[in-house]
Amino acid sequence: MPEALLRFEFLQHAVLAILLGSVACGLIGGLLFVNRLSSLSGGISHAVFGGLGLSLLAGIPPLAGASAASIIAALLLGFISARARSRSEAAIAAVWSIGMSLGLIFVSLAPGYRGDLMGYLFGSVLAVPAADLVLTGAVDAAALAFVLLFYRRILCVSFDPEYGATRGIGAGALYTAFLCLTGLSVVVLMRSVGLVMVIALLTIPAASARLLTHRLPVMMALACCFSAVSGLAGLYASWELDLPAGACIVLASAALFGCISAGRALSSRRNRGGLPAGPRP
Amino acid sequence: MTAPVVRLRGVTFGYGPGRPALDGVDFEVSDGDYVAVIGPNGGGKTTLLKVILGLRTPWSGTVEVFGGPPAAARGRIGYVPQWSGASLDFPATALDVVMMGLPPKTGGRAARAIALDRMADMGIAGLAGIHAGSLSGGQRQKVYVARALAGAPDLLLLDEPAASVDPAGQGGLYELLARLNEKVTIVLVTHDVGAVSGQVRSIACLNSEMVSHGGTLDTEALWKAYGCPVDLVSHGTPHRVLEAGAHGGCGHA
Repeated sequence: MPEALLRFEFLQHAVLAILLGSVACGLIGGLLFVNRLSSLSGGISHAVFGGLGLSLLAGIPPLAGASAASIIAALLLGFISARARSRSEAAIAAVWSIGMSLGLIFVSLAPGYRGDLMGYLFGSVLAVPAADLVLTGAVDAAALAFVLLFYRRILCVSFDPEYGATRGIGAGALYTAFLCLTGLSVVVLMRSVGLVMVIALLTIPAASARLLTHRLPVMMALACCFSAVSGLAGLYASWELDLPAGACIVLASAALFGCISAGRALSSRRNRGGLPAGPRP
Repeated sequence: MTAPVVRLRGVTFGYGPGRPALDGVDFEVSDGDYVAVIGPNGGGKTTLLKVILGLRTPWSGTVEVFGGPPAAARGRIGYVPQWSGASLDFPATALDVVMMGLPPKTGGRAARAIALDRMADMGIAGLAGIHAGSLSGGQRQKVYVARALAGAPDLLLLDEPAASVDPAGQGGLYELLARLNEKVTIVLVTHDVGAVSGQVRSIACLNSEMVSHGGTLDTEALWKAYGCPVDLVSHGTPHRVLEAGAHGGCGHA
């Protein structure tokens, strides 16, 4: 693979897409994880399919349709969650399935064969154009600026929204900005692993990182690293074994989570003097 | 004559139609006061604090804090909630939590130094790097008190701050509050009137409506607030139920 990496531009784009995407995975995925909103990214990603279908039908650029659909879905879900948090799971499920249904209908109405649709659904990291890399970099920059500028406010309202309100921290504006960034992250990550599996990239690296630290900034940094490592490992496995890249990336991420979990369990067992879980005698 | 720090006039608020948690409440807290608010569970004590904080908008009546709307006074109020909505799994250290009490614009190093000072005041400086979710209930409560003090408030609202704190810790907490009261106005929601009766300047009895508020505790008002005969004992000592029977579950304040 190293020689191929030097020879083929598409492979260089794939590596860049993974490395750039891992920043969004770590930052936005970390915030989704601590706010227990990981399923929201699944709802948004499936709603994006509706936007993709509409863009194919209307003949507009797919990324434009996907971006618009992701932001509309994110804001809609945020609006419902803010007003009836207990019903947010139902709202996510509804947006999830309605988005897919609309997408299927629009695609069936669109003229001609749409072979590239599979790439959006299941990922096509080996076919990422340079324009997508620029968009990914822009989303990374926005996510990084959001976290750096508002870190203390984000930490406070994520930890306890009501206490944040007593400090005059407007959770509404922060939440809206965060949801828009989540929607855009879904769009830039769909090229790597596809809309169907993007929820994994926004959840598993953050969950792996949480096993190793109890500080949010460290967790987000580790999640970026884990996302990059599992992305590159998945790409390598895909290249060598001639398997779908998106699926290999998700499985590499899951394998890393499994290794860290096992390491943690072994470490806990050793700290208890080799005794099984439970109180010491 | 200076305006009261807190002034509620005819405040009515509830969480559902027809059953107000606060019903026409008049309540004033003067500058430098130290008020204990007592009353039965569901009597509206926590709601009263949330109305003062501007977290709940009354159905009717007016609320003024430092002479203006509550939202304008938030930077001057420190708040210790009874229950935090925070998940125990949230990745934050005790120091991170205390720093949340500071204005967001306070610089990182300065914020850290102030937060560590407040933790030292509470005797919990050694917990700074510990995961907040792994602290005991009493330790976590002290962290929340340190967080409320971090912003150097002029008004401190505490909702049962000693509920999970051991007797020695409670003594230290009440001594600290008494010292703070030299500079800070305090409203303390508590069931433990026996423990704070020697510290506070006035006691308010609340059971949806303000039953009484003054410098001395009127036993009849207390009985009226709780809806049954009660005696004042400190937590940690045996309860003394004056009359059992129809008033099951009621016995001490």
